[in-house]
This record gives sequence, C-alpha cells and structure tokens, in this order.
Amino acid sequence: MSQISSGPAILVEGLVKSFGEVRALRGIDLSVPRGTVLGVLGPNGAGKTTAVRILTTLLLPDGGRAWVEGRDVVREAAAVRRVIGLSGQSAAIQEELTGRENLEIIGRLYHLGKARARSRATELLEQFGLVDAADRAAKTFSGGMQRRLDLAASLVGQPRVLFLDEPTTGLDPRSRLAMWDTIRSLAAGGTTLLLTTQYLDEADELADEIVVIDHGVVIAAGTAEELKSRVGGDVLEFTVPDRTRIGDACAAVAKIGDAEPHMDGETGVISVGVGGRGSEALIEAVRGLDGAAVETRGLMLRRPSLDDVFMALTGHAAEETTQPAKRRGRRRPADKDTDQDTVRAAS
Amino acid sequence: MTTIAVPLGEPDLLTRARWAVSDTLTITQRNLLVWMRVPAYIVFTIIQPVIFVLLFRYVFGGAIPVDVPGGYVNFLIPGIIAQTAAFATFGTAIALAVELQKGVIDRLRSMPMARSAVLAGRLTADTIRMTVTILIVLGVGYAVGFRFQNGFGPAVGMVVLSIVFGMAICCIAAFTGLAIGDEESVQAFGLIWLFPLTFLSSAFVPIDTMPGWLQAFANNQPVTYVVDTMRALALGGPVAANLWKSVAWLAGIFIVFLPLAVRAYRRAS
Repeated sequence: MSQISSGPAILVEGLVKSFGEVRALRGIDLSVPRGTVLGVLGPNGAGKTTAVRILTTLLLPDGGRAWVEGRDVVREAAAVRRVIGLSGQSAAIQEELTGRENLEIIGRLYHLGKARARSRATELLEQFGLVDAADRAAKTFSGGMQRRLDLAASLVGQPRVLFLDEPTTGLDPRSRLAMWDTIRSLAAGGTTLLLTTQYLDEADELADEIVVIDHGVVIAAGTAEELKSRVGGDVLEFTVPDRTRIGDACAAVAKIGDAEPHMDGETGVISVGVGGRGSEALIEAVRGLDGAAVETRGLMLRRPSLDDVFMALTGHAAEETTQPAKRRGRRRPADKDTDQDTVRAAS
Repeated sequence: MTTIAVPLGEPDLLTRARWAVSDTLTITQRNLLVWMRVPAYIVFTIIQPVIFVLLFRYVFGGAIPVDVPGGYVNFLIPGIIAQTAAFATFGTAIALAVELQKGVIDRLRSMPMARSAVLAGRLTADTIRMTVTILIVLGVGYAVGFRFQNGFGPAVGMVVLSIVFGMAICCIAAFTGLAIGDEESVQAFGLIWLFPLTFLSSAFVPIDTMPGWLQAFANNQPVTYVVDTMRALALGGPVAANLWKSVAWLAGIFIVFLPLAVRAYRRAS
C-alpha cells in the first residue's frame, strides 16, 4: 500500500478542453477536501460531464492538471482508476443480465476473486434494496432500480472518490428522494463525492460546497446558503388568468419585492423576489392582490431555483445557454436516456 | 473507512499479464451469457443462416448450373459458410455500439481492469458464437445433401479458414461499431458494405455468369479468394494460389483494422 497523501481528494487546476470549435472547459479550478461532497451545478452543455470524464481518466485534457487522491489523472491514470467509482448519466449496466450477475462481473473485473465478487454483490444488493429483484434481468427493473444498480456497480471496488454525473436526471420524484438518501449515506460513510446536477435543490440537499459552472468556467462557488443569498432569497410566483389585469397585479405586488416583478412571456408566470421575508411577503401579496380585486392562480412561495441562480449570476436563464453538442455532433446516450427514463418513470 | 479492496501499489508485469487473461475471459463469458439470454440474437445467429441454406438450396439452387462434383449444394455450402461468418460480425459492431451508447464502455474504461480485455473478450466471444453458427450451417448442409469430397484434413482446414476469415471481418466490424457508435447507423452501414462484399463474390453463383465489369470486382476481392479456397478444400482442386491470396488479404485486414479498432476503443467517448 502506498502512503495516502494529505492534500484534497480532488484538485483541479486550469482544466481546458475543446471539441473542435466548442470550448467545453475554459480553465476550471476545483478543490474537494477528503470526505466532503462537492456539487457541480450547471445547465446542459456547461461542461460538467466533460470535467467528470477528464477526472475519471476517460478523456485527456488539452491543458491544466488534475489530481485525484494525489494521483495525476493523465500520468497516473491507472492508479486513479483504482481509487475512483463512476456512475454516469445513463445506467451503464448489461440489461440482459441479472442485477447479481452485473455486480459479480464488475467485481471480477476489479480482481476481487470469484468468492469475494459474489459476496460483495450480495452486500451491495442488500444495501441498495435490490435483493428481491437480484436474479431478474436488469431490463425488467424500473428506471430508479436501474440507476441504483448502476450506483451499486460503481461501489464494487470500494472507491475513495465517487463521481456521480447527474445521478437523478430523469428519475421520478420518489426514486429521486430514494437516490438522495443513498447518496447521503455514502457521504456519511466518508466517501468523497463529486456530484453534478442541474437542480439547485439537489445540490442544496447533498453538497457541502457548490460550484456553478456555465460555458466551461466556474461562475460562482460557495455553500448553498451563500449562493441563495446572492439570488436574494425566496420567490413569490403566480399567474393571472385575465390578461388585462396583469398590470394591476404587478403593481399590487411591486412594493413587497426586492426588484420589479418579472413575467415569463411563455408561461405567463409572474415572479418577484421577496428576500428573506417569505411568509410575511406572502400575506402582504394576498392582501395587495385582494385589495386590487385581481384574480390569481397558483400563488405560491418557492425557494430559488437554478434558473433564479442563473438569472442572478449571469443575467440569463439556464435553458438559454444553448451550446452545440459537445462530442463532435455524435448522438449521446445522455440526451436519449433522459427521454427513456422519463418515459419509464411515466409508465 | 472500512477496508480498501483495491491495493494502491503498482501491480508487477506478471500480475498485469494474468489480469489481461482473466479479464478477457470474464468479458468473454459475459458476452456469451448476454447472447444466450436474448432470443432475438439466437434467431439472428442460427435461424437466419439456416433459412439462407434452405432458400438457396431449394429455391434458387435449381436454376444455378455449376460444374462441381455433387452439384449446387456442394457449391453452395462453402460459400454460405463464409457469408454466415461475415454476417455474424453484425453482432460485434452492434454490441460495441450499444455498449458505447449506454456508457458501459465508459464504466469499464474507468476501472482498473486490463484495457485490452473489452475488445479481446468481444472478439473471443464472437469467434465462439461464429464457430457454433458455422457448425450448425454445416450440419444443416449435410442434412440437405452436402458432402465433403476431399477427406477429413482439408474439411477441417475449410472450417478453420472460414473462422479466421470471420475474425478478420470481426475486426472491421469492431472498428465500425466503435467509430460510429450508434446502433441504427452501425446496422445500416453494415448492410452497405457486407452485402456487396459477400454477394458480389463466388459465394453463391459462378462468377462467369456475371457481366464483365462485375466480374472484374468479384474476381479480385477477398471473399472470392476465401470462398474459392474453401471450396477447393471441401471438394478438391488446386488450393495453393487462392490460399496465399486469402492469407495475404486476411493478414492485411488484421494489420489495418485491429489497430484501428484498438484506437477507436481508446478514444471512445
């Protein structure tokens, strides 16, 4: 056993990667202390997956350096592979094989030996609540079960550093909460986690520290609370069925907001940031709207979303950051799989 | 932290060599298991070649005059075995494209396993699968009247040559699967090159019935050399000239496409 260096579990300096004309990463720096969870937050095409692929030795950077557990991901790739686990955006499992077979094969490829591979598979099936389905073909699993199996597969080698690339994308809300519990227990067990997500609430729930990336650069870093305070706290939201009364409605809530009320042209949803005065602002809004005799629908107070963070940090909404397909125009499993998972979740 | 299962020290050369073998066997076993679990794969690899044998033997065969001992069925079986071996490689290309698409190859590449094992295991499993198919086609051939005319040794030689030919085509298929990386495109592309290559050859009909311009292609392409060699081994006749041309072509295919497939695997994303 080589000595364990004392630096951060993941260290990234000036990472740069382009795919042809597309500059996926334009100088990313990260530092993840051992045993902590870093949430990498950003919209589609921000460069999250590219960063994960470089850190897991799947892709060579054009510039910059990165270390995982003190090992250089380019020069000591083989050593890095021995301490990491990766669970990608799609369930990278062999659907024709059973859950148990999938895990046993991974165990044998980690050179655990047949007996240990078998017992490790059983341990993980128990840990992930897949015992009852263990001997069924994985294609009969629900989307959530497949992702759990995929996560279990990434843990076969007991990695010190685990990379989870959008672990809940495409999952139904219940599977999503279950996945959160699993991730929390992994973090509690001392595994260092790097998790990418498009959802602020997910990063909020799971991460000790969050970095926000957009167009291949880190645009903000901090705890969830710090990021939310930059957004300006809670958001009050409602729609007005009678379009002629929208002006009156905005006027009625203007004085309670931190900024001018904003109306989304497409959905007609009016939103206004109300800072930390959440429920108080809600009461005032109800009084104001009632006083102006404006009928509203779906009046609610919500916590800031990724869109709000993006709006505050970049001045544009997350969805607007269109970027050409990252990998040379090839159709990626990620796009397709999200659809499939959604379908699966819906059926 | 609990115990660390994976040691951090660099494994020595002997350990790495042992892992390369054991990882290849694990992947081989996995691929064969997948093959046996999917009825559609079994149909594709067994029923389809058998249908081809029956179709050519009983539907087209009567209309195709050939000058070999035993008639068209003896002419047909070596050709159809070569075609079967070539078509078996569809499975290679599609399987690799699907694994790439689903992220299975990403997972395997992020693990401390031997990097050669995924391709080596794929080629090994597909060679085994191909051999099973070839033997089944041979069995069906015997049932519909095919008979080796040239003794046991050359008969074995014919089967071995067809397998080596299939492995060479497998390398091309592995490269296309990894380079294209999309199931449907790989399938379409496979049809575009495999159909002309096998049908515009001496596999099913004597080449001298084709128009002149087509003969020029059919006479000088590897499938014809391989099929003619197989036919000579099965039925008797001069072997050497065609055998050398076959060996040269197959060696060339291995030398070009095996490194290309390896490179495509390393760069796969």
